[in-house]
Amino acid sequence: MSDDLKAVEVTDGGVIADVRPPPGSKPPTDELRRAAESRGNRTLYGDAWYRLRRNKLALGALAWLILLVLAAVSADLWVPQHFGKPNAIDTALIGTSRLLPPSPTHPLGTDDLGRDMFARVIYGARISLTVGALAVLVAVLIGILLGALSGFYTGWLDALIMRFADVFLAFPYILFAILLLSVLPEESRASIVPVVLTIGVLGWPSIARVFRSSILSVKENDYVDAGRALGASDGRLIIRHILPNAIAPILVYATMSIGGAILTEAALSFLGLGIIPDPVRSPNAVSWGRMIDDGRMYLTSNAGIVLWPGIAILTTVLAFTLLGDGVRDALDVKMRD
Amino acid sequence: MVQYILRRFAQFVPVFFGVTLLLFFITTLLPGDPVALRSGEKKLPPAVYAALRHSYGLDKPWYAQYGDYLGSLSPVHYSSKAGLQFTGPDLGDSISSGRPVVDIFKETYPYTVRLALTAIAIEILVGIGVGIVAAVRQYSIWDTLATLGTSILVALPVFWLGLMLQYFFGIILKQWTGGAFYLPISGASGPVFADWVHLILPSVTLASVSTAYAARIMRSQLLEVSGQDYVRTAFAKGLGGSAVLWRHEMKNALIPVVTFIGLDLGVMLSGAILTETVFNWPGVGLTIYQAIGRRDYPVVFGGVTLVLFVVLLVNLLVDISYAFLDPRIRLGGQAEG
Repeated sequence: MSDDLKAVEVTDGGVIADVRPPPGSKPPTDELRRAAESRGNRTLYGDAWYRLRRNKLALGALAWLILLVLAAVSADLWVPQHFGKPNAIDTALIGTSRLLPPSPTHPLGTDDLGRDMFARVIYGARISLTVGALAVLVAVLIGILLGALSGFYTGWLDALIMRFADVFLAFPYILFAILLLSVLPEESRASIVPVVLTIGVLGWPSIARVFRSSILSVKENDYVDAGRALGASDGRLIIRHILPNAIAPILVYATMSIGGAILTEAALSFLGLGIIPDPVRSPNAVSWGRMIDDGRMYLTSNAGIVLWPGIAILTTVLAFTLLGDGVRDALDVKMRD
Repeated sequence: MVQYILRRFAQFVPVFFGVTLLLFFITTLLPGDPVALRSGEKKLPPAVYAALRHSYGLDKPWYAQYGDYLGSLSPVHYSSKAGLQFTGPDLGDSISSGRPVVDIFKETYPYTVRLALTAIAIEILVGIGVGIVAAVRQYSIWDTLATLGTSILVALPVFWLGLMLQYFFGIILKQWTGGAFYLPISGASGPVFADWVHLILPSVTLASVSTAYAARIMRSQLLEVSGQDYVRTAFAKGLGGSAVLWRHEMKNALIPVVTFIGLDLGVMLSGAILTETVFNWPGVGLTIYQAIGRRDYPVVFGGVTLVLFVVLLVNLLVDISYAFLDPRIRLGGQAEG
């Protein structure tokens, strides 16, 4: 980038003159070297970032997600607070502003308890994004640990972990999540921990499989043998030599999985097993899935209650999928469709 | 081939035991005492509590309980008087309705099967069709539309799609449909539809995500196959485009699609909890979901076991048919892609 700028100089009259040597002539070797240096020794991720920046769809998705995060984080500063908190129950509001259609004061209308839908959708991003990201983090941590063990120590440990993964994957996903959540006491559902752990625990087998196959191919490299010959321990081999080279597929898979985790959280909330925040203690905590569940009954009178949170989920999940596609292409990871 | 089937079957058995063991652990060993749950808020006298625990067999060690559970699944029973007898599995009686669990699922399973088969038909027709068009007309407007459409479908919350379809056909188009598609007021007025009409919206909802995946896989497989040598040979022999497509490309490109659809059939036959809940469809998914809410453990156990068995069986059948379709697998090699 910077050598392009050097190649053009602005003359006095504001006319841009091209000072690059005419095509065909051999540039001085000195300049070539400088050009190479200014581009820097690009790392794998430097290269990937360079490619990602040229993918307009992925960039748009990233911009949308950043906007969403900023909006959710700063919601206290700019979302009108005089309509009441998004999760609080105010009996006065129920009487005056119940199920209002969209208007300048309430751009997305109000719900059955008179709460501003716009505020609820914005605040809802907090829980949905947090749960999505944390659940995937849990899945990645478990998956990387078990996948690394499985791929590095082929043999009985590998067979055991992979059969364990088979068992998890054979269990119908939503049913598994419902069973896990339903045995927990009702009070525990005020926090996001049970839902995060459930989605995370259910996500590990896919991550472990991806990471295992990635490790299997990386560990055949000569530098791993070289490390071993120099006396590196197994732990050092895995962490210093194999992990950094095997992590790219996980990065791609994790990005795409956040969308899936958000969908699962919404589905669980819809089934009444998601996060049920206490309206008094956490007046700002709402989740998009619960908004849809709450609004079901009012589909005939104000469909917006169901429509807007759904669109919020759709655009967010779509953004994570497109970003994941972009990261995949940028890192040049081959994955099954 | 026989060897291959035997080997697959040998894998099926430990996974089945693993999955039932997992189910057993989730429902009996995690916190949440079924006796305490049944007795509600009141504290039971210790003697009554102990008697109840004994009557459910909860005072036995866990392996004995698991043995009892496996024994109840066996379709063949042995008594010293009558000898071996085929009685069908005895899964006990529902706690809430008192009816035999086997009878409950005999009644609800046909609904799940009907929904699953319709959804699979949509998936085959639309998914494969869209995939072919997108691949044959690569980079055309149809391809772009297909990519966009499938991306959106994959990001949709299924239950939200169901609600929106109800809203559109049941409320917005009420004049024509008489509200028959909006379930709470179903059949209230207006035209009366034949039974199969009520199958349309649930099956479209259930098929939505999988159809998008099927289309994507079909497209990417066709594009991959079209670059292979044998396809070029076919063109070189002077065959027309459609002959090459149907006689040469499809044969190989279909294998992963058939596998995907087969596995998906297993998932659908295991009950679509979300779709069945949205549409109040009386299949196994809704039955299990409601039983979990009522802590009706015999129904949960029986239902989940049935579902797991179906999933594993379909997976096994898909694996075997995969070997029939693709000689590389039954000859011991690794399948590509």
